[in-house]
Amino acid sequence: MYDFELTDVQIAVREVARQFAQRRLAPAARQADREGKFPAVFLKEMAGLGLMGVNVPEALGGAEAGAVAYALAMMEISGACASTSVAMGVTNMVAETICRFGSDEQKKRYVPELTSGRFEAASFALSEPQCGSDPAAMRTNARRDCKYWILNGEKQWITSGDHAGVMVVWARSGKAGADGISAFLVEGGTRGLSIGKHEEKMGLHASTTVSLAFSDCRIPASALLGKEGEGFRIAMAALDGGRIGIASQSVGIGRAALAASVRYANERQAFGHPIADFQAIKFQIADMATELDAAELLALRAASLKEAGRRFTREGSMAKVFASEAVNRVVSKAAQIHGGYGYIDEFPVERYFRDARVTTIYEGTSEIQRIVIARSILAG
Amino acid sequence: MRIDLTDEQRLLQTTCRDFAAAELLPHARQWDEEKHFPAEAVTKLAELGLLGIAVPMEWNGAGMDNVGYAVAMEEISRGCASTGVIMSVNNSLYCDPLLKYGNDEQKRAWLAPFASGEKLGCFALTEPEAGSDAAAQKTTAEKKGDAYVIRGSKNFITNGPQADAVVLFAMTNRAAGNKGISAFVVDLHSPGVVRGHKDRKLGICASGSCSLFFEECVVPLKNRLGAEGDGFKIAMSTLDGGRIGIASQALGIARAAYEEALHYSKERKAFGQPIAQLQAIQFMLADMATEIDAARLLVHRAASLKDRGVRHSRESAMAKLFASEMSTRCANKGLQIHGGYGYTKEFDAERHYRDAKITEIYEGTSEIQRLVISSAVLKGS
Repeated sequence: MYDFELTDVQIAVREVARQFAQRRLAPAARQADREGKFPAVFLKEMAGLGLMGVNVPEALGGAEAGAVAYALAMMEISGACASTSVAMGVTNMVAETICRFGSDEQKKRYVPELTSGRFEAASFALSEPQCGSDPAAMRTNARRDCKYWILNGEKQWITSGDHAGVMVVWARSGKAGADGISAFLVEGGTRGLSIGKHEEKMGLHASTTVSLAFSDCRIPASALLGKEGEGFRIAMAALDGGRIGIASQSVGIGRAALAASVRYANERQAFGHPIADFQAIKFQIADMATELDAAELLALRAASLKEAGRRFTREGSMAKVFASEAVNRVVSKAAQIHGGYGYIDEFPVERYFRDARVTTIYEGTSEIQRIVIARSILAG
Repeated sequence: MRIDLTDEQRLLQTTCRDFAAAELLPHARQWDEEKHFPAEAVTKLAELGLLGIAVPMEWNGAGMDNVGYAVAMEEISRGCASTGVIMSVNNSLYCDPLLKYGNDEQKRAWLAPFASGEKLGCFALTEPEAGSDAAAQKTTAEKKGDAYVIRGSKNFITNGPQADAVVLFAMTNRAAGNKGISAFVVDLHSPGVVRGHKDRKLGICASGSCSLFFEECVVPLKNRLGAEGDGFKIAMSTLDGGRIGIASQALGIARAAYEEALHYSKERKAFGQPIAQLQAIQFMLADMATEIDAARLLVHRAASLKDRGVRHSRESAMAKLFASEMSTRCANKGLQIHGGYGYTKEFDAERHYRDAKITEIYEGTSEIQRLVISSAVLKGS
């Protein structure tokens, strides 16, 4: 990326997201974390600001502001409340996936519901209890029965699964392996779909994570997204974009942790000085800021490539692995700078610390990102 | 947001890449072993316009921008890091301050022949007892009539053994601390200049560095750069640019380490397959590639701010800090991937490992970069 200036639209989207994040989300984030309260009200307001379809065409209710603007918005929202941002991220990803692979009918039926906030959220149901990094091994089954598909199986770690108006569900419709997988659009509340266990998580308490059970869940033939057997490709394409989202979420959490640390270090006195005067603190601040800038540049580069319609699989994975691992180093330093106050929830750093941890795991673990990158560089 | 190099920058990149592959890489190992200053290569750099890349053509430079400079530095350093630093010092530390602070007469005499590569420049700030704490200078410049008399010594001066002139810093008013430092351009062939013996170093062995001693060295008044007392400011702003050069050098070394490890891992077999098929190796390669890209983005951001005339101290420091430490990590991984061969002089991995280390030290140690960055961040900028 050789020109680092943002466009007016990108700046405007960032500003809208920043204002909302700071005025509405940040003051409520601690309580939402303590209570595990799903941010339905906020998500609806965000839809009103165009944040539920930042990179979705205006004709379908989106902001049509592009992938870079989306990354910037994710950074801002994540800095205030990472639980809200993951729900935002998944909804945007599903809306974009339907725009890209869906039929006109599917687009018209679902995308405006998501961008307007009439649906609280959307979900992405790929992982299963026994297959995470290896989705080609999935067991959920889709059987054709005249005008219907019948789904049977179990999905796990489904973000916003109990609030989703629509979800993309992957299931095996054919032979073993990646080519036998298809993607389907399943509406929340469909008969035969039941919401299982709510996971108790280390962080992201205000976002919900559930398992889904499909028991002879009958959906119309028109629910097939893309072509039969195309599911794996759709999942990988969606995740390429999703990784920019999680990289941006990581940057957002990290920026909040850095800002809190700068504030604290300038105020807290020890040995007769603000602790910001000590090199032990300064150097941690310098490393946090440098790594966050590097992570942000990687995320915006991937987003710029996506926006230009170019391939960005490798760059998306680089952004995701670097940003997610960087934010974990950053929140660890932030907690350290805060001392005991970094370990209690009176200060936001304790929450950032817990929220950051998942970023190296979901939407492709760091290990999967490294496999993607290595495959790309070894292929030349 | 523009993602690609301009046509001009891309052409420069290709030129430098081809030159490095043909003229530098085949000799780099031998130059290193023999501690041979690559005078032939430096002459060719001059012919290609690489010794004054961002200097306007009216002063015999190539008239390119700083992103172009960063791109060229990376490619040259990928072939030979020693040649890279020779080039960087002449571009960033010598030509840059003359361009920015010199008057036309000074530019005619002291910039044009150096930007063209006819002559070679160097930069003398560091002293035996003043490195990171540059304000602790002991070298003095005493005004006498229409000249200054310089007394003192400078050390670790890259290009010192070969250079024709130096941008020199000395105290004109000791009581004023860093505001008492002034900058001069000094002919190194003048009486009173003595060059020390060449430093014996861990790496970048084909580039020369030495101490410079100034013994009652008389320098005309007209050789002062800027006003009296401007020296510290000139040094710091010059180093902001120099850091882009060193960060690019670090990138080039990391690229060399990475590309050679990638090549080796596809050839070398273990456990019945090329080691590139093993995750232990793949993950190292993936981390190297990712960090190289991250560093390049930081470097080009800083260079692009410099091109726009925006202050870039913080961004240059970030680029230098990250790229140099990244380079050491990459060189370390590159050597590890080569196993025992990486430790021998039969391969380049050990040279990259030695060469990378200096990038964390010169033109501001990592510690100084962290001070620059934290001071900006803690002030909220």
